[in-house]
Amino acid sequence: MPDIDGAKTIPMLLVGAWLLPLGSFGVLLFFSPWLDRRGRAAGWLAVGAVAGAFLLCTIALGFWLSQPPADGFGWSQHSVSFADPEAAGHSIPADSRHSQPPAPRHSHALRVSEQPSGPSDAGTFHEANRRPAPMVGRLFTWAKFGQYEISISYYIDTLTVLMCTMVSLVALCIHIYSVGYMAEELHEVVDPLVLDAQGKPLRRPGRFGRFFQYLSLFTFSMLGLVLAGHLVMIFIFWELVGLCSYFLIGFYRERPSAQQAAMKAFVVNRVGDMGFLVGLMALGGLVGTWSLGDLPDPAGEPTGGLFSQLQTLLAGQPGPSSGGLPSSDGGFSRTLWILAGLGIFCGCVGKSAQFPLHVWLPDAMEGPTPVSALIHAATMVAAGVYLVGRFYPAFPPEVLWVIAGVGCITLVIGATIALVVTDMKRVLAYSTISQLGYMMLGLGVGGWAAGLFHLLTHAFFKALLFLCSGSVIHAVGTNEMPQMGGLRRKMPWTAWTMLVGCLAIAGAGVPGLVGLSGFYSKEAILAQAYLFWNTAPAVGGWLFGSALVGAGLTAFYMFRLWYMTFAGPPNDEHIYHHAHESPPVMVAPLVVLAGLAVAAGWSVPGTARSLQQLLDQDRPTLLAAESSSSSKLVDQAPVDRISPEESGRAVSAGSAFWPVPIPEEHLSHDPAVAGPVGWMAFAAALVGFLLATVMYGLRKLEPARFVQAVPAVYTFLKNKWYFDQLYEMVFVRPALWLAERTVDADRHLLDRAADGMAVGLIRLAHLEDWLDRRWVDGLVNRSAEAAYRLGLELRRVQTGQLRQYVLWAVLGAVAIFVLLSLGS
Amino acid sequence: MLHPVTLAHYLVVGAVLFSCGVLCMVLKRNALGVLMGVELALNGANINWVALSSPALRADPAWSLGLDGQLMALFVIVLAAGEAAVALAIALNYYRLYLSVDVDQASQLKG
Repeated sequence: MPDIDGAKTIPMLLVGAWLLPLGSFGVLLFFSPWLDRRGRAAGWLAVGAVAGAFLLCTIALGFWLSQPPADGFGWSQHSVSFADPEAAGHSIPADSRHSQPPAPRHSHALRVSEQPSGPSDAGTFHEANRRPAPMVGRLFTWAKFGQYEISISYYIDTLTVLMCTMVSLVALCIHIYSVGYMAEELHEVVDPLVLDAQGKPLRRPGRFGRFFQYLSLFTFSMLGLVLAGHLVMIFIFWELVGLCSYFLIGFYRERPSAQQAAMKAFVVNRVGDMGFLVGLMALGGLVGTWSLGDLPDPAGEPTGGLFSQLQTLLAGQPGPSSGGLPSSDGGFSRTLWILAGLGIFCGCVGKSAQFPLHVWLPDAMEGPTPVSALIHAATMVAAGVYLVGRFYPAFPPEVLWVIAGVGCITLVIGATIALVVTDMKRVLAYSTISQLGYMMLGLGVGGWAAGLFHLLTHAFFKALLFLCSGSVIHAVGTNEMPQMGGLRRKMPWTAWTMLVGCLAIAGAGVPGLVGLSGFYSKEAILAQAYLFWNTAPAVGGWLFGSALVGAGLTAFYMFRLWYMTFAGPPNDEHIYHHAHESPPVMVAPLVVLAGLAVAAGWSVPGTARSLQQLLDQDRPTLLAAESSSSSKLVDQAPVDRISPEESGRAVSAGSAFWPVPIPEEHLSHDPAVAGPVGWMAFAAALVGFLLATVMYGLRKLEPARFVQAVPAVYTFLKNKWYFDQLYEMVFVRPALWLAERTVDADRHLLDRAADGMAVGLIRLAHLEDWLDRRWVDGLVNRSAEAAYRLGLELRRVQTGQLRQYVLWAVLGAVAIFVLLSLGS
Repeated sequence: MLHPVTLAHYLVVGAVLFSCGVLCMVLKRNALGVLMGVELALNGANINWVALSSPALRADPAWSLGLDGQLMALFVIVLAAGEAAVALAIALNYYRLYLSVDVDQASQLKG
């Protein structure tokens, strides 16, 4: 659209979408009790706001896709290079790319980013970066301390636009669903899980409006988080979504378990956020800015953002002798860089429930199910992955290794625990942990697009799964799967949409032909992990193996869940009898999400355009890689001739400390990699699916026999790897112990000292009182007394005898004369 | 032998008159007597003024007060008249209250 300036329109649309839910929150904040007396008005208000946000985001997405790329390097042109592996490496002349020094190259990118639709010198930017320029801008400056500026700004690239659309779409579905799901909150609620003082179930007023108020606030915060162009702003909204999560986990605040869970989530997240803060500080010390993009300063001159500053720093340290990156001398400290990366990732670990801070997410299922779907499956917990993706170019390779390792551990922990959990929502929670681990693993091994693609698809199918489970729980009134069974006859819509969700998350599909969304995204991660295995055989094998096993486990526990809930004969006749299909307002979002779960991975018919391809085009390169010379190999060698063995050389970002490099992502699209990996993933998922079918669908194999065979493993998993117990022992108990000791110390030392001081003060006051009365007052009184006495004495002179006065006067006069005559 | 009357003679008369007035003020218990003493003292002073202003006694204009001295004497006389009027009024009122004009009894203003 040449008529409309995308650089102005898109930020306007997205900011509008961001602020709409805030408006709904504001209205509900003040009027929700009033609206609650008017049926579901509060709910529809929030739905309207989110629907508006979604509309604006969709329009923005349309503009984004149709805007002419700033550098004349078109989408279509690039998609050719993507679709045809032969062209991938050649689209960029390698020699000219590296002939230019990085700093002026980037300053040119700055100018481009200010006028993305204007014609510009295509060649230079083309060489600098294949990514379309992000739109950056400042809404206002919040604070400025010397060189540090904290601004409310936006940073819009493909990832932002996609995330905004995804968040608003999922939020819209879940808002609509919640109007039905939370209907019981419209009138007085009887909570059987809470007993009042008389031992009767608690009766409390409904909180329908309150719920949507929190949801609106959350949607606002989440959109702000993905839109933010400044790390401190990200942190603010990061905390805001955490706060909403706290509110909503504790929505049934009368239940002790909900209180505990909300507290746990909040405290565990604080641990991560502490790291985030440390990371921010390290980053501030390292590059001196937290702004992602290059914002113009008041004079209009662009000032370098985080990425360009870091790039300049890295480029400014020539280190051919040290073999790549400079070490800590003169300005650039690699240790600080790693600390910054680790700190940022630490925040992501907390928010995305990664090992070792994953323990809060299963407990967070205490909240209402739509909350679990929106916050604890689709969006908020993915914020950690999003931040890793957003910050990705600035991570040092060492930290990517940590990310990959943590993701791998997390995915295994989550998947194994999900095998034995019987609480329906908790299975999904552990599944979420596991899938988030997948995303982290994907990002850590260099699969930026793969990890974020999985984030998007996962948001759709995991929201779907949660909403389905919510529908089931709504119908049967329990979370325990052993009490369900056979429900597909009672609630067919829920059952079949959930089956779609299970297939999607299990990665159902035929390699090379077609598959559900999860198939594409998971395969992309696995392919990247496979590639990584080739570059780092020792560790990569574990990573890839775990991911593959995890894929099988995913299929197993998801179908276990589905079979236990919907298949076979009913386990509890009473529950079965009362079960019913949910109202249309709840079923409709399920159908929409099921459609997305199926199709999110597909490309637009007749073109090569797909979500994955969009992300792939916007894939950033590691700054560490750009400054090292090894990435030259990537561009020079035709991809299709790189065998997996050779691809170890075709890598980016070796590290001085840890010389194993991260493979370039586009290599993973090589059929030599993607083909076998696809089949391996397919096989793993099939094994899991068949095993689940045999055990829970056909009931040929008793799960109890497995339990008897390896009771230790079962107990271990049932106790969730003893993480809670471990933390209880290592952190909670010592903390309580310390607290008690502190109380003792307070009582016996501090209190006593304070009391002693008080007594001493009283004594001192007495002394001073005495001094004051005795000496200060005494002095004053004495002098007054003396004056009084003098007066008394002097009054005798005043006799009233007139003649005496005359006499005195005469005598005085005579005396004066005498004296005068004596003197003369 | 006849001595001419000089300034000193006048001054002596004035001093005697003044002393009589003072003695009268000091010794008389009757308030009217005291007032008379006051008049005497004032007139003693008046003699001085007049004597010092007389061109006959003090031919040298540098030393003579001239009309100024006589003017002062007139002032004193007017003042004495005013004073006498006020003092007599006081004395009368005092008498009406205490049926006496003994100044020794009028000691209410003592300290």
